[in-house]
Amino acid sequence: MSEKALDQGKRQFLVTATGVVGGVAAGAAAVPFVASMLPSERAKAAGAPVEVDISQLAPGERLIVEWRGKPVWILRRTPEMLEQIRRADPLVADPKSIYSEQPACCNNEFRAEKPEIGVMIGLCTHLGCSPQFKSVDAKAEMGQDWEGGFYCPCHGSKFDLAGRVFRGVPAPTNLPIPPYELVSETKVRVGETKKGS
Amino acid sequence: MNGKLSALLGWVDDRFPLSQLWNDHLAKYYAPKNFNVWYFFGSLAILVLVNQIVTGIFLTMNYKPDAALAFASVEYIMRDVPGGWIIRYMHSTGASAFFIVVYLHMFRALLYGSYRQPRELVWIFGMLIYLCLMAEAFFGYLLPWGQMSFWGAQVIVNLFEAVPLVGPALSVWIRGDYVISDATLNRFFAFHVIAIPLVLLGLVAAHIMALHEVGSNNPDGVEIKKHKDAEGRPLDGIPFHPYYTVKDIAGAVVFLFVFALVIFFMPEGGGYFLEYNNFIPADPLKTPPHIAPVWYFTPFYSMLRAVPPLFNSQFPGVVVMGAAVMILFLLPWLDRSPVKSIRYKGPYFKIALAVFVVSFVLLGYLGVQPTNVWGQAGAWLGGVERATAAARLFTVLYFLFFLLMPWYTRIDKCKPEPQRVTS
Repeated sequence: MSEKALDQGKRQFLVTATGVVGGVAAGAAAVPFVASMLPSERAKAAGAPVEVDISQLAPGERLIVEWRGKPVWILRRTPEMLEQIRRADPLVADPKSIYSEQPACCNNEFRAEKPEIGVMIGLCTHLGCSPQFKSVDAKAEMGQDWEGGFYCPCHGSKFDLAGRVFRGVPAPTNLPIPPYELVSETKVRVGETKKGS
Repeated sequence: MNGKLSALLGWVDDRFPLSQLWNDHLAKYYAPKNFNVWYFFGSLAILVLVNQIVTGIFLTMNYKPDAALAFASVEYIMRDVPGGWIIRYMHSTGASAFFIVVYLHMFRALLYGSYRQPRELVWIFGMLIYLCLMAEAFFGYLLPWGQMSFWGAQVIVNLFEAVPLVGPALSVWIRGDYVISDATLNRFFAFHVIAIPLVLLGLVAAHIMALHEVGSNNPDGVEIKKHKDAEGRPLDGIPFHPYYTVKDIAGAVVFLFVFALVIFFMPEGGGYFLEYNNFIPADPLKTPPHIAPVWYFTPFYSMLRAVPPLFNSQFPGVVVMGAAVMILFLLPWLDRSPVKSIRYKGPYFKIALAVFVVSFVLLGYLGVQPTNVWGQAGAWLGGVERATAAARLFTVLYFLFFLLMPWYTRIDKCKPEPQRVTS
């Protein structure tokens, strides 16, 4: 081919067009690979609600159950504990739980359908460790103003007995409350709420 | 070499540049004659890489990447597979050895300015290798499916959740589930044994090719290529082979002494190489009372822990931690000193480097300890945890080393560089 016959503009166009089409094809080919890393149908189906019997749960105690692979705490709070939650109001970052996740029936002072029964997802909102229950007796370890609550061993976040995060700790928001309903005096259904969420 | 062998070599050379590769990278690659003990760590890193690959291949022969079977399969390797325990310990201790060697290798670059022009790409390829190593260590740590595996992965994957807007979807995509699960384990296995090692090997090749293109730096930080003899060989250079291959073998022997001591007598490294909580099977409902990453991540983990949330988001801590690693990439352009080596740099750089090293080590120490390790300050100081306050201070110092570098390296009182390397 002689130099004169060479149409540089056409060649450039063909090279660019081939490149663009090839790039689009490569991008499209990546779709199934990226998609294959999403949760499978089986993983999505594993989120069924869990029914929990709380008849054996004594006042002041906590039960840990598994829902969607996460620990859910069910806490039977005593009147003293509810009082401790009130006293924690000035210490927590978001006392009214405006920035946190909870079903509509829990948009209240104690973040619960019924004040005595506290239900929350036991994973720190910082990076997902499961905090430990530290009762009001742990003042020696947790400081003199400790009113009982939860302490995250990973990065030191603290939560009160309603799962509200304290000021000045790494966790940004209160512990989320899963959708749940009190089916009866002794039964909690985690994963669903009939009163809207 | 006898006639037949050299004929065979000639036959190969006509078809593949075997002699040329040998000469370019070994027999006629001229390295400065004044390498000191800091120059062992590059070849040792290759040695440990080979160790990880070989032991890793044999571990996969018995390991099961299944959440129901993984923990037991590792114990099976330790107890029932002939030689399994030593292969596993070589691999798990090898991971820590890799980071020790690589951190010393990187520190060498800091001492002698090995990242400076014209070696910027050598440094950048090296940093990419470091990122790959961190990914490799992280993915690999999930595989035994112990408590630390599970909760470590939980924390690290949740770091991505902090990314604004796409965070939650991103972390689900990484896990392949809404929690760390079998799907996560299986894909981390794929990344650990196939994807990252392939990238790592490519980067190591690029690192060495870039190095051999520009030539090695040395403790004096002067370019040996500026003074060549009549045949174009650097006057201060000696052929890598046999001089440095033999010297590196001596270094490898010393390293293997220490490595073998650890494998045989303290394979868990006092809980630092293999954490005790990882001998408990993963329990998604219960976090161990004290969790910390393996020692090589703790300086960055300390920073993450030290940064308080802003605007109801933990993202700032994640950004600080990420920036602490990424800022290293900029080193070649931050250093404005007229000289490369610390031998000729002035007091400002020496002080800054000392502060940096102390900060890095103390951040590493604080990262393995609970946040209340140093108790609380008095009420008049607001009762803050001393360790958290210290971690914040050291995080700031860590960044100041880099951010102020263009300034203090420029005004520093450097000594004149020699023309030739000193002996």
